[in-house]
Amino acid sequence: MMEKQHVILSTRSLVKYFFEPVKFKVLNEVSFEAYQGEFLTMVGKSGSGKSTLLYCLSTMDTKYEGEIFIDGDKVTGKRVDQLASLRNSSIGFVFQFHYLLPEFSCLKNIMLPALKLGRYSYSEIEERAYQKLELLDLKGQALKQASKLSGGQQQRVSIARALINDPKIIMCDEPTGNLDSKNTQIVFETFKHLAADYGQTIIAVTHDNDFAAASDRTIELADGRIISHRKDFSQEP
Amino acid sequence: MKKNVNIDIAVTHIVTRKKQTMVAALGVAIGVAIYLFMNSLSSGFTVYSRNEIFKNNAHIKIYKEDEISQPIDTGRGDRLTVISNPQITTLSNRLIDPAKLLQEVKQEPFITNAIAQVAFDAFYRRGKAQVPGSGVGVDMRDYNAMFNTEKYMVAGSIDDLHNNLNGIIIGSGIAEKLNLGLGDNITVSSSYNVVKNLKIVGIFTTGSLMTDQSKSYVNVSTAQQFQKEGPSYISTLFANTLDANRSEEYVAKLQTIIPYKVEDWKTTHADVLAGDKTRGALMKAISVSILLVAGFGIYNILSSTIAQKINDIAILKAAGFTGRDVVRIFVTEAFIMGIIGTAAGLLFGALLIKIMSGIYMGGPVGYFPIYFEPRLFATSFLLGLGITISAGYFPARKAAKVDPVEIFRK
Repeated sequence: MMEKQHVILSTRSLVKYFFEPVKFKVLNEVSFEAYQGEFLTMVGKSGSGKSTLLYCLSTMDTKYEGEIFIDGDKVTGKRVDQLASLRNSSIGFVFQFHYLLPEFSCLKNIMLPALKLGRYSYSEIEERAYQKLELLDLKGQALKQASKLSGGQQQRVSIARALINDPKIIMCDEPTGNLDSKNTQIVFETFKHLAADYGQTIIAVTHDNDFAAASDRTIELADGRIISHRKDFSQEP
Repeated sequence: MKKNVNIDIAVTHIVTRKKQTMVAALGVAIGVAIYLFMNSLSSGFTVYSRNEIFKNNAHIKIYKEDEISQPIDTGRGDRLTVISNPQITTLSNRLIDPAKLLQEVKQEPFITNAIAQVAFDAFYRRGKAQVPGSGVGVDMRDYNAMFNTEKYMVAGSIDDLHNNLNGIIIGSGIAEKLNLGLGDNITVSSSYNVVKNLKIVGIFTTGSLMTDQSKSYVNVSTAQQFQKEGPSYISTLFANTLDANRSEEYVAKLQTIIPYKVEDWKTTHADVLAGDKTRGALMKAISVSILLVAGFGIYNILSSTIAQKINDIAILKAAGFTGRDVVRIFVTEAFIMGIIGTAAGLLFGALLIKIMSGIYMGGPVGYFPIYFEPRLFATSFLLGLGITISAGYFPARKAAKVDPVEIFRK
């Protein structure tokens, strides 16, 4: 299993401070690698820095020390518009809240990042959006307004949106935090499928131990440091 | 067809928030309509007052300035100062060789028309009744070409004066006061005590009481006799130019070739112009303020839209939309509101102008002097759109600076 794998994302001595209310070191020399096709979860107590780490990796937070590489390319120090286009083409995001644009149909919500990327024509993008909806078992909801769906459906639409540009990495912040067990199961299966069959890397911050346990690898953080890289979280002593 | 995704988002926002869009657009519409209407009002009135001026005055007037005697010594340095008593020393206000002068003036490319005239002080009499006034000796056909006097003739015609050396055209006020009509004889005497019996060949009404009760037109030769001068005597030259508004530069050019005083209408009517200017500034200030208020309406509505849509902005930025994209989205929304509002405002303003132009004011004014001026429509359009776009730009820039991490971590 651990043959030489392609490193899709890596960090080198990541350090980050918070200045409010007092200066505080949130991330302390964090270095790790994530591989192509890996379903990686990050766990830790509240305040351990796991979400902060995720937002640094996401390229949206640029105020850190150390270096981040995505697919061999150093992203630290790039201009904001370069980072935006990198996110557009290579990273998909799923949050605890769905963040769908309420005025748009589900289909249109999914299409927006692809329309921004402009790699395909409008009709091709539409076709691809339908495929993603099918993948998440939502085909019947395509033309409904995003605000009219149930919470679980909305979250699945937001996952479809994260997938539309076939990103190399999908980053998730508590993706199942608001979901019932049935929807959690669907989301989990989808991620598994994406990692195994499409070679996409999933990096998910979670509180859900079962969710973490079922992933390929779990990184545990405490006080801004990585304290373990366990493959099987459930066998914690 | 590849549709721009930013415009797509902006249009969707607009369409799904029709009511707010309409409120914002209505604000702009009212602002633009009032701006257009007030400026048309002001401009129409300026046109009217210009026309009033040009009824009796040409763009440029050439006459001999009174000469003032100069002190013998100005007393500079340690020389003795000689105090003198400056006095007008004009012996005659005659222009020397007026025919040649007129020719020279007419040759200038910017002069469209020029005439010579002899002015004199006149007393119109019938029996014991006497009306003071002023007479003008002109070639009536040339004069008509310049001032369109024919328009104001109520009896007789200007050709009759041309054909009758002893004819006179008088204002209706004089005719009324002396109870005279067309074909009657009138006794006119000048300040040089020349008395003549002239036949009334025409009567005019300009609407200005002062003019109608004092002014008369005679042939040049008659006027020269009133002034006790020979046939080469001319007191004033009038000239019209291509563009009355550029009269200053024409005056400067003419002054270099003419030894007499060249004066443009702006100098003669500085008081009227200053009044026009003040009114124009007042109207502009009020109308621009109203437009600015409309701009604040857009600012307000867009600011609240952005506050409500902060999550949407965050996810768009996460998904790879740049700050510039976000600015484009919201400026496009302001632009759409601006276009709708400005177009409606222009229509509404045009309607107001149409209604106003149909109101009869009576007297010499006639219908209210307000016109459809494409120039004002263009400025209203540009200003309305400009203000809405800049009003949209500031909240849009704020939206572009939204830090998505802050939103997601809440």
